[in-house]
Amino acid sequence: MTRFRIGVHVVPRRGILDPQGQAVAEALHTLGFAGVGTVHVGRHIVVDVAAAPRDAAEESVRDMCRKLLANPVTEDFEIATVEAL
Amino acid sequence: MKFGIVTFPGSNCDYDAFHAVTDEIGEEAVYLWHKSHDLEDVDVVVLPGGFSYGDYLRAGAIARFSPIMTEVIAHAERGGPVLAVCNGFQIACEAGLLPGALLRNSTLRFQSQWVRLGVENADTMFTGKYEPRSILRIPIAHGEGRYTDGEDALDRLEGEGQVAFRYVNASGEVDPSANPNGSMRGIAGIVSRGGNVLGMMPHPERAVDPLLGSADGRGVFESLLARVAA
Repeated sequence: MTRFRIGVHVVPRRGILDPQGQAVAEALHTLGFAGVGTVHVGRHIVVDVAAAPRDAAEESVRDMCRKLLANPVTEDFEIATVEAL
Repeated sequence: MKFGIVTFPGSNCDYDAFHAVTDEIGEEAVYLWHKSHDLEDVDVVVLPGGFSYGDYLRAGAIARFSPIMTEVIAHAERGGPVLAVCNGFQIACEAGLLPGALLRNSTLRFQSQWVRLGVENADTMFTGKYEPRSILRIPIAHGEGRYTDGEDALDRLEGEGQVAFRYVNASGEVDPSANPNGSMRGIAGIVSRGGNVLGMMPHPERAVDPLLGSADGRGVFESLLARVAA
C-alpha cells in the first residue's frame, strides 16, 4: 500500500446563490480589481490515505466526497492534486 | 406521551425543548445521549438546535453520523415522529430524512429575531392544531438557514404539500422583506414525504408561554399530542 496525499476542491454548485462569493467580489471591486467577475468561495480539503493503486486512492476520496465531504444537493467537488508520499 | 431529546456535543436547545415538553405541555421527556443506541421507547424524537460538532465541515454534517442517528433514522422509517428544529433541521437534511440543504444566510449574518410564520399545511401531525393560513410569531436564531434545493425538487415539495411553514409578511404573503435568510420560496419548515418528520429553522420550543413573548409554538407540541395519542 502506498500513501497518497489528495487535495479536493469543494465548491458551491453553479447557479446556487453564493452570498459569500458576492461579498468577496464586491470587496475586490472596492479594492480596484475592476476585471473581477464572479467569485465563488469553497473549501480545499487534504486527505492522506493509504491505498493501492493510485486510482483506488482517488476513488476512495471521491467516495468520501459523495458521503461526507461535499453536500450532493448544493456542492460540486473535484480532485485537484494527488501526491504519492 | 414520551419525548426523547437528543443531546449532541454542542446542542444548546435541548434544555429549552425539555422545558417546553415537561413544564409547559406536561408530557414526559428524556435526554438521549448522541453515543447511545437506545431510543428508550420514546414516541417522538426531538433533534434540537445548537451547534453540534461546532458546525465543522457543514452544519449538521458530522452529527448526522452520531451513533444514535442510526436509531433515529430507523424510527423515522417506521413512521415515528421526528421534530427537527434549527440545527436539528440541518442534521435531518444531512441525514437524508428531509430533502434539500440549509446554507449560509443570504445576509451573511447570524439572524436572531422574531419572525412571522405562515402555516401553509395545517393537515400534518405537527400542525393539525393550527388554523390553515394562520400567522405565528416564533423566534429564529441561526447563521445557516437558507433553505435550498433544485427548482424541480421545490416544485415537487410544494405539489406534495410538504411545505409546512413559510416566512410571511403581516398580510400572510411571501415577501423578500419578510424572509430573514434568503430561503428559496420563503420556506421555513417542511415535512418528509411520509409526513412524520418536521424540519423547521424557527424555534417553537422557545415560544410556549406568553412570558417568553409568544405561545404560538405550543401548537406544534399540541398537534403531536392530539395526533400521536389518538
